[in-house]
Amino acid sequence: MLNYIWAGLLLFGFITAIVTGRVDAATKAVMDSAKSGVTLGIELMGVVCLWSGLMSIAEKGGLVRAFSRALNPLMRFLFPGVPLKHKAMGAMVMNIAANFFGLGNAATPFGLKAMTELQKLNKDSNVATDSMCMFLIINTATIQLIPATVIALRSAAGSVKPTEIMLPIWISSFVAFLCGVLICKLFSKVWRC
Amino acid sequence: MLEGISKFAIPVIFILILSIGLEKDVKVYDVFLEGAREGFTTVVKIIPPLIGLMVAIGVFRASGALDILVYILKPLGELIGLPREAIPMAILRPISGSASLALVSDIMQKNGPDSFVGRLVSVMMGSTETIVYTMTVYFGAVGISKTRHTLPAALMAELCSIISAVWVCTLLFGR
Repeated sequence: MLNYIWAGLLLFGFITAIVTGRVDAATKAVMDSAKSGVTLGIELMGVVCLWSGLMSIAEKGGLVRAFSRALNPLMRFLFPGVPLKHKAMGAMVMNIAANFFGLGNAATPFGLKAMTELQKLNKDSNVATDSMCMFLIINTATIQLIPATVIALRSAAGSVKPTEIMLPIWISSFVAFLCGVLICKLFSKVWRC
Repeated sequence: MLEGISKFAIPVIFILILSIGLEKDVKVYDVFLEGAREGFTTVVKIIPPLIGLMVAIGVFRASGALDILVYILKPLGELIGLPREAIPMAILRPISGSASLALVSDIMQKNGPDSFVGRLVSVMMGSTETIVYTMTVYFGAVGISKTRHTLPAALMAELCSIISAVWVCTLLFGR
């Protein structure tokens, strides 16, 4: 999909540039943007490395495990189709906890493990179960303790207060989570195949 | 009060994580370096996509094509109170993480990170994940082809969070 979007942006952009007579501006944008891609990456590096390091300490200190235990009652409500002691539950709760602490690299293996385990509970291996849909939706609306990338972006752009968006981000991702869960519960009753 | 939460969040999180780490006899500095190295690799990996996407977005903007797209979609944005500069973000966010990263950076360079739009796209970037990518990886891994209501429900949740982002940013920072 991204193949088409990327080519589409470039093709439509260059054609528009020729039609509207902005060829020079477009050509300049190519060179400038290529450079700013690298600059942006380097500017993000400091903050992203810092939080990634700090969150590793949280992981080793048992914070992720403690947090995942606190999630258990919520998990029962979210995934009524999965037995509480099942391996899928353990993998899902670790995935959600790792996402909360911004440990993207740790979250993905747990997520893949969770999907494999959920598939074992699936009767029709072609069609997603209610639990799978719910798990995916929660993954796209995770609440993150420190939105490190956004803070890094803002600080790179010269913001006076790069962290001032933390509270609004928590609120909005909580709204996304809540709406996602409710809509998913509702849809799963009627959307069967 | 609300301002205090964002203000003290970082120091409090540092103190909390470090003291728990020390209490559990974690070699905090060694573990920090290990994690930071992992972060380093992640950033290095996203530089090539950033270059590709920043060029595409740069050309799209400089040619005037972005203005055309925004002009077409403006009525939709107005419906939920989304300023026109943030409309492309609402479209790209569910599709690609690195593309929206490039877009946020582009919008902040043009409008300033501390403008209303700058804050709004920051919140939009931070509050939802890339739906299409996550679905491809997770469903693909176990061979599920019928994803039922996953995509529509996730897109609706994203829409709710955009509306809430506009609302919260207006309330906390003013327009």
